[in-house]
Amino acid sequence: MNPPPGKDGPVTSTTAAPREDVALLETRGLTKHFPLRRGLLGRVAGQVRAVDGVDLRVPARRTVALVGESGCGKSTLGRCLLRVYEPTAGQILFRDPADGGTVDLAALDEAALKPYRSQIRMVFQDPFASLNPRMTLLQIVGEPLRVNRGLGREELEEQVAELLRRVGLRPEHMRRYPNAFSGGQRQRVGIARALALSPRLVVADEAVSALDVSVRAQILNLLKDLQDEEDLTYLFISHDLGVVEYMADEVVVMYVGRIVETGATDELYGRPLHPYTEALLSAVPDPDPTARRQERIVLRGEVADPSRVPAGCPFHPRCFHARDRCATEVPALREIRPGRKAACHFAEELELRGVRS
Amino acid sequence: MLSWPRALSRKGRRDTGGGSSPEESAAREAGADPELGRASQWRLVWRKFRKHKLAVGGAVVVLAVYLVVVFAEFLAPASASATDERLTYAPPQTIQVDFSFSDGLDFYVYGYETRRDPETFEQKHTVDTSQKIPLRLLPRGESYEMWGLIPMDRHLFGPVDADQRAYFLGADRSGRDLLSRIIHGARVSLSIGLIGVVVSFALGLFFGGISGYFGGAPDTAIQRLIEFLMAIPTLPLWLALSAAVPPDWGPLMRYFAITTILSVIGWTGLARVVRGRFLSLREDDFVIAARLDGCGRRRIIFRHMVPSMSSHVIASLSMAVPAMILGETAMSFLGLGLQSPAVSWGVLLQEAQNVRTIETAPWLMLPGLAVFVTVLAMNFVGDGLRDSADPYK
Repeated sequence: MNPPPGKDGPVTSTTAAPREDVALLETRGLTKHFPLRRGLLGRVAGQVRAVDGVDLRVPARRTVALVGESGCGKSTLGRCLLRVYEPTAGQILFRDPADGGTVDLAALDEAALKPYRSQIRMVFQDPFASLNPRMTLLQIVGEPLRVNRGLGREELEEQVAELLRRVGLRPEHMRRYPNAFSGGQRQRVGIARALALSPRLVVADEAVSALDVSVRAQILNLLKDLQDEEDLTYLFISHDLGVVEYMADEVVVMYVGRIVETGATDELYGRPLHPYTEALLSAVPDPDPTARRQERIVLRGEVADPSRVPAGCPFHPRCFHARDRCATEVPALREIRPGRKAACHFAEELELRGVRS
Repeated sequence: MLSWPRALSRKGRRDTGGGSSPEESAAREAGADPELGRASQWRLVWRKFRKHKLAVGGAVVVLAVYLVVVFAEFLAPASASATDERLTYAPPQTIQVDFSFSDGLDFYVYGYETRRDPETFEQKHTVDTSQKIPLRLLPRGESYEMWGLIPMDRHLFGPVDADQRAYFLGADRSGRDLLSRIIHGARVSLSIGLIGVVVSFALGLFFGGISGYFGGAPDTAIQRLIEFLMAIPTLPLWLALSAAVPPDWGPLMRYFAITTILSVIGWTGLARVVRGRFLSLREDDFVIAARLDGCGRRRIIFRHMVPSMSSHVIASLSMAVPAMILGETAMSFLGLGLQSPAVSWGVLLQEAQNVRTIETAPWLMLPGLAVFVTVLAMNFVGDGLRDSADPYK
């Protein structure tokens, strides 16, 4: 396996031979519906289709970014993978590194799931809410080690010190409580906790969204460095397309619980195939004041309500290219070009504008 | 286009090579004392509580009152049942100090001159300055058993001669010393608050925990039960429940019956607090993180969730104690709770029920003052605890 590609690395090679990558994690028709209960007896009045039949593929040692507006179901999808939420339907196929076989994580009970919990870890969005304020760094970072490996006191301290050092914190601070640390430092603690069990896949759910911009870059670089050192695979959930362009090898765009487009980062940014992707990309602010501003695509209306998904293409009420067919027929996610998938009836004929960097 | 992360990366990437970045450590070091990061939850709570002056004052009063409860026999000049037929409704005596320094300071009270009103045959007591009843610290008086174990006859303060009586806060209908009765009554009134709260705490924690942790059908059932209990008017419920207590039960049994009645009604509020905390904590990121760390259910509940709500629970407990005390007082006052010969503040106030008694012996209202001061102090403590319960906000 090649070392994980940097920005200028062989990202494009994924297009040439995408099937050569070993998928570490794959979902088939993953679905999460939240029942809406009404009235005294809790009658089920409807379903919020937060994640609706998602086929996601995360190749080993790559970074796959999951993007979309707030409420598109990307965080729910991430949490389903970790079984924080119980998926309503579908499979979560995880390649077991020990024997190369795959297991369906969605079908396992809590006890059988435990060994996989240490292989798939999560970095949370809010560094203030995700650390127990009543525990010291030693206790927080040491918890997975203590619970899963039953380490003794000295060994535990040694390992926690090493982990803290690796994420750029001082080991001598391990007896402090999280309230003594800044947001960026707390996020480093969260990363150290995620790394404690030497995971293979890290789900980073908006891991840098709560941080200010200068700290954000440091955390992103830390994540990249750790990926090189530890052979990590990332599922990077974000709404920030700038960050995603920097981090991701592949991008998956979601809209109202479904995947609308996938592809290698450069290609997808350069030539989007779905009108929704085009709109998202046009909304990214350009920091260069001398550049000529491209015309922004302002979408009409709001994100569709996932409890009342529009008939046909869920995006058609807001789409500038919508035609009659879009209102009646649900477009399937299909391969438009090698390595590129989109869920749009007219993906081949539309000339959509991306960003060129 | 979209070039900023790359532009930053040239600089930022080098920074993360080792150690935390300069600006981050500067932000932490600035103005933070080195111990701050090491203070545990309870130290932070205490630090915040200390700033609440009223609460600290209240805590001192509450502590003093509970010391009185513990050492009631020793602190009271007499037992709660020592009567003196000649001195019914004797007014309070003022402690006089003899500054002649014959042998140190001498304390004394004047005696009473008792006359019978020729028309109403009521006894009238007037202070007779010709009689002096000398007082001293640690006199020998009525013998008692400290905590029912150690036989003693020393009291903190009282007449030198054990046969003489001193009424610092006056006497009641049978010539019993009101001060002694308030002190002994404190024991029942304040312990009923504590025991009642412990029982309702157990009930509240149990039902609230089930309700909040499991949700669903058990939650619905428990919530409806709570609403049902809360909708019953308190007074008729007391009436019904105390009517159910067999009249031949002794004072001790009755005491436990009353406590149970109070806590059966009192657990609902606490159960709601616990449920609410459980519900919100269950979705908190750090609890989810603990789950993903592989913690078992027990460890998540007792290591992560319970510590996070313990301070809230303690705060609502401290608010529940005065409510219990008021409940007991009200019940006993109405004659539904404890009855003589048991002594509690409510029982004492029962004697101040009619206007004529209050006219002739207004000091019989003093137990009400004791209730007032104690409940107020406890509420101040509760306020302070509530404000400092979550030091992480």
